[in-house]
Amino acid sequence: MTSITVNVDGASYTDEVEPRMLLVQYLREQIGKTGTVVGCDTTNCGACTVHLDGRSVKSCSVLAVQADGHEVTTIEGLATNGELHPMQQAFHESHALQCGYCTPGMIMQAIDLLVDNPDPSEQEVRDGLEGNLCRCTGYQNIVKAVRAAAKAGA
Amino acid sequence: MTATTDAPAMEVGRDRRRKEDHRLITGRTRWTDNLSAPGMLHIAMVRSPVAHATIGSVNVKAAQEASGVIAVVTGEDLADEQGTLPNVWSITPEQKVPPHPSVAVDTVRFAGEIVAVVVARSAAQARDAIELVDVDYDDLPVVLDTRDALADGATILHPDLGTNESAHLVLDFQTEGAAGNVDAVIEAASKDGIVFEREYEQQRLIPAFMEPRSMLCDPTGEQIVLWSATQIPHVLRVLLALSLGISESKLRVVAPDVGGGFGGKLQVTPEEFITVLVARRLGKPCKYTETRSESLMAAHHGRAQHQKLTLAAKKDGTVTGLKVELEADMGAYLSLLGGGTPTLGAFMFNAIYKFDAYRFDLRTAFTNKAWTDAYRGAGRPEATFGIERLMDDFAHELGMDPLELREKNWIRHEEFPFTTVAGLEYDSGNYEAATAKAKELFGYDELRAEQAERRDRKDPVQLGIGVSTYTEMCGLAPSRILGALSYAAGGWEHASVRMLPTGKVEVVTGSSAHGQGHETAWSQIAADALGVDFDDIEVLHGDTAVAPRGMDTYGSRSLVVGGMAVVAAAEKVVEKAKVIAAHMLEASPDDVEFAAGAFSVRGTDQAKTMAEVAFAAFAAHDLPDGVEPTLEGDATIDPNTFSYPHGTHLCATEVDTETGQVTIRKYVCVDDIGKVVNPLIVEGQVHGGVVQGIAQALFEEAVYDESGTLITGSFTDYLVPSAADLPTMVTDRTETPATTNPLGVKGVGEAGTIASTPAVVNAAVDALRPYGVDDITMPLSPHRVWRAIQDGADR
Amino acid sequence: MIPARFDYHAPTTLDEAVRLLAGAGDEAKVLAGGQSLLPVLRLRLAAPEVVVDLGRVDELRGVREDGDTLVIGAMTPHAEVAASDVVRRHARVLSEAAATVADPQVRHRGTIGGAIAHADPAGDMPAPVLALGGELVVVGPGGRRTVPADDFFEDLFTTALGDDEILAEVRIPSHQGWGGHYAKFTRVAQQWSIVAVAAAVRTEGGSIAEAKVALTNMGSTVVRATAVEQALVGAEPSDEVVRAAAAQAAEGTSPPSDINGDADFRRNLATVLTRRAVLAAAGS
Repeated sequence: MTSITVNVDGASYTDEVEPRMLLVQYLREQIGKTGTVVGCDTTNCGACTVHLDGRSVKSCSVLAVQADGHEVTTIEGLATNGELHPMQQAFHESHALQCGYCTPGMIMQAIDLLVDNPDPSEQEVRDGLEGNLCRCTGYQNIVKAVRAAAKAGA
Repeated sequence: MTATTDAPAMEVGRDRRRKEDHRLITGRTRWTDNLSAPGMLHIAMVRSPVAHATIGSVNVKAAQEASGVIAVVTGEDLADEQGTLPNVWSITPEQKVPPHPSVAVDTVRFAGEIVAVVVARSAAQARDAIELVDVDYDDLPVVLDTRDALADGATILHPDLGTNESAHLVLDFQTEGAAGNVDAVIEAASKDGIVFEREYEQQRLIPAFMEPRSMLCDPTGEQIVLWSATQIPHVLRVLLALSLGISESKLRVVAPDVGGGFGGKLQVTPEEFITVLVARRLGKPCKYTETRSESLMAAHHGRAQHQKLTLAAKKDGTVTGLKVELEADMGAYLSLLGGGTPTLGAFMFNAIYKFDAYRFDLRTAFTNKAWTDAYRGAGRPEATFGIERLMDDFAHELGMDPLELREKNWIRHEEFPFTTVAGLEYDSGNYEAATAKAKELFGYDELRAEQAERRDRKDPVQLGIGVSTYTEMCGLAPSRILGALSYAAGGWEHASVRMLPTGKVEVVTGSSAHGQGHETAWSQIAADALGVDFDDIEVLHGDTAVAPRGMDTYGSRSLVVGGMAVVAAAEKVVEKAKVIAAHMLEASPDDVEFAAGAFSVRGTDQAKTMAEVAFAAFAAHDLPDGVEPTLEGDATIDPNTFSYPHGTHLCATEVDTETGQVTIRKYVCVDDIGKVVNPLIVEGQVHGGVVQGIAQALFEEAVYDESGTLITGSFTDYLVPSAADLPTMVTDRTETPATTNPLGVKGVGEAGTIASTPAVVNAAVDALRPYGVDDITMPLSPHRVWRAIQDGADR
Repeated sequence: MIPARFDYHAPTTLDEAVRLLAGAGDEAKVLAGGQSLLPVLRLRLAAPEVVVDLGRVDELRGVREDGDTLVIGAMTPHAEVAASDVVRRHARVLSEAAATVADPQVRHRGTIGGAIAHADPAGDMPAPVLALGGELVVVGPGGRRTVPADDFFEDLFTTALGDDEILAEVRIPSHQGWGGHYAKFTRVAQQWSIVAVAAAVRTEGGSIAEAKVALTNMGSTVVRATAVEQALVGAEPSDEVVRAAAAQAAEGTSPPSDINGDADFRRNLATVLTRRAVLAAAGS
């Protein structure tokens, strides 16, 4: 077992973990942050996307021990004082989710893509989401939501 | 049935944002894998790596001794109690249904079949221990195609059946005006008309819902509780009880948040049986969550048909008859619906067209692959693909515009209601209007002109246009018809509408949403019916303890059947409330009107709100004779008929003839789904449905190698497209209300998928006609397209 | 989904990492960005007893110029390589290739060194490095050595790296002023390359003076399209001329056949993509 200290959604956690424990498992099983989910086992689907030191990563492809001393933001850490993040609001407004399973990862990646490109074209949004799979929405409203959030200065 | 209020609908038709969203966008979700119970144990499955073998021995000692392992259970151990997984649809009286143990006992018949079960204190320990289970397999020859399965001398998967054929269903249809059956019509056409024959392939697909299946069984209470990421909590409860000999009243099934289904979670699974049996045996809560690799391998697959279509027509293109011959791959075992899935297509090959003779000839057969069952559209996408490909191909043969050929043969707007050759009465439709709108939005003429130009200058990037004028049958289904088809259950749906004493409303529905937005849509319906605020309504579902009666969600049935149950239940509430209100107002119920949530005496300003009536019904201090306390209504709706959405989809594809890459340049859909309750939800269903259909056309296929191993065993190889791979589509609607339910709705969940696949393939083939290409097997990978061009050049 | 157990070390210096690796024998794997290793571990395609994580060895990360040489630390993530103006200036085709790897999340973690050491024939990093005549700096118990890219990629997932050696740096002679383009063909965007072509072109007086072309996934390792390179010397950067040169792209290659395409299809792709990459590089 290895001791790690990770800042998750603004709070610091110190835990003993097996080195083999994936960050997504640490979040879900050890600190109870079940908002981040597992959708595949080959780093394709992106449902597990969180921010690590402010950049999007697939938390199934990071070991918990690699996060020691770092900052993680999950979907549960986005809303501040009960107010939704503009991207969350945009997804709601644009009906950019149906079953919601891919949604946390999709929102986290959408926020990240605006960091590099604050005013993306439709194709740039689509390209920026190439690592996130959705089976319900057909992506059209997701693209709409991201561009709306961009306009709102997300 | 009439509306319950004279006030104009304020909620129905509105693009309400969803109630479901808040918890989903903030991560406050209740996926089954999130759940845990005190003392919970974890299950991992030992799955066969081979496709067909007898099991020599299963050595569990090392696994049993591994750290944290509580038990290792084999098929032998469970033989007496595991029963057989159920099939509920005998498509013929002679249908052969092999026994299907949830843990294999002496034979494995597909790669991924469960041969042993490890239960441990942690998921990691369970996972570690499955590697220590040592199974001896004696390989048997592998059968991977229905053609091989049905050939003489084939290896028989289920020796007791003596054959790999499960059923052979032949339905011969002809109208009163028919000159004879389809053989006679084809014969006649061979003399002075045209006989046009084509074979098409429906490749095997994987529903690939984003949430892997997960289940938790807690046997420790008075009832055995099973939480499962299922589309069918009610059906599952009944079948678990029947199959495992558990008293139904001792069983509770809960579908918490469910992350997509698309028919893929419409199943009674070995994993669920095992979880219940093991939990019960150990007396402890047990959880199983599959990995994606397991899901792709073992959760049921879809489609998988060889199709042969024979069209009889007059020389001018008027279709006179159609013969359809199908071989449908059931996989290693018969699933819940089994052959019922392709059978649903029987009524849809004739589609929107009028002709008098039709035969549907279906053989279902076993192969050493994963079992197949419903996947979005369940039989109807396969049928629509067959007929719409055929119509585009036939149009090309005739040198006729494909839309013109459709129009020549379709049911005209003024001919509705129309009884088709397959015996279904389509209540309403307007193919002309949908098609005209689609053509305009598409810029049909301009795109044809561009196509011609590109052909003239032999542009390496060619343009093609594909048509799909579809209809579908949904709102499954009238119970008496299901009975006539030998499906074991009915197709009704139930709702309770309860006015709480404080004026809030609970709507309890038997439908089981897994992304479709029922909480929002049922709230809209109930709000209008009761004159109550949208936000004051709570929709409860998915738990057999909370919503005891239901037939769950699939087959685009929930709005048409479940929504109507909400309407009917709300009507009963209003009826009862009116009587109570009249009594409170000291008036006759005949003099009381209901509008905008209040009961008033006609011609006066005396009124009682619904909330006041609800409280009065609760306090029961002064109720009229014969009226029971509390204010609620129950309704169970059994539809009289199916519903028939339709539409016209037009697709323009660019094909890069140098690489075979197919790109969708423009996609237009005009769908008629009757009246719209929530346009946002409708559009979302269309987007998602169309994309799954595009994905079948261009990207997805479940591929096995010659030893029966699933090669496309992860999302690296099973290509579910991302946003980067897909176009933005233009969606629009026409609205021809259904005449068969009070809201005039038709259902939309599967329509997009049913429509889109042939539109895309037709477009790509159209682009490549000058290259000698007349068909390409799906998915239209660049490799296949390029190969088709090379082969076409050789011709 | 759950990897087998392993012991884990997170050294903070390269020397420490080398010592740990040497001590662990052949039961150890080096963890760079983890975007190739972790999927392998999750599927239990490998179950090393020891994992040495280079993620805290800061000296291995970063892009710098060393005279006429572009130096990229092995632990530099693809996103950083793709975004770097320095890389773009000296090795345009490498910059483009890094931007195409997988998807944004993977690019935030996956590293150039990890990708090169993994040597997946469908991986995108070897082709630009080979085309530009790069060198790999390798550190082991015996010290530092430099291996030319020509000699580094030996076979499928096999490089000149010894079991006890760590790839420390990628050194690329500056190709400032050259055009470059990476043409990658996939069925879906996040996919590994079915075939890809890295082209770097120097034009002089309107003609192609020199061209360097390397092919991804046309064999068990990345390969230079030398026949094409020779045919392009002094060539007019026109469609017709380049097409003729590119027709030889598949010469000497042994492309795989798999569900994404058979060998013939890949040979065809190689010629088409080579033409497109060279024309784009000549124009850029």
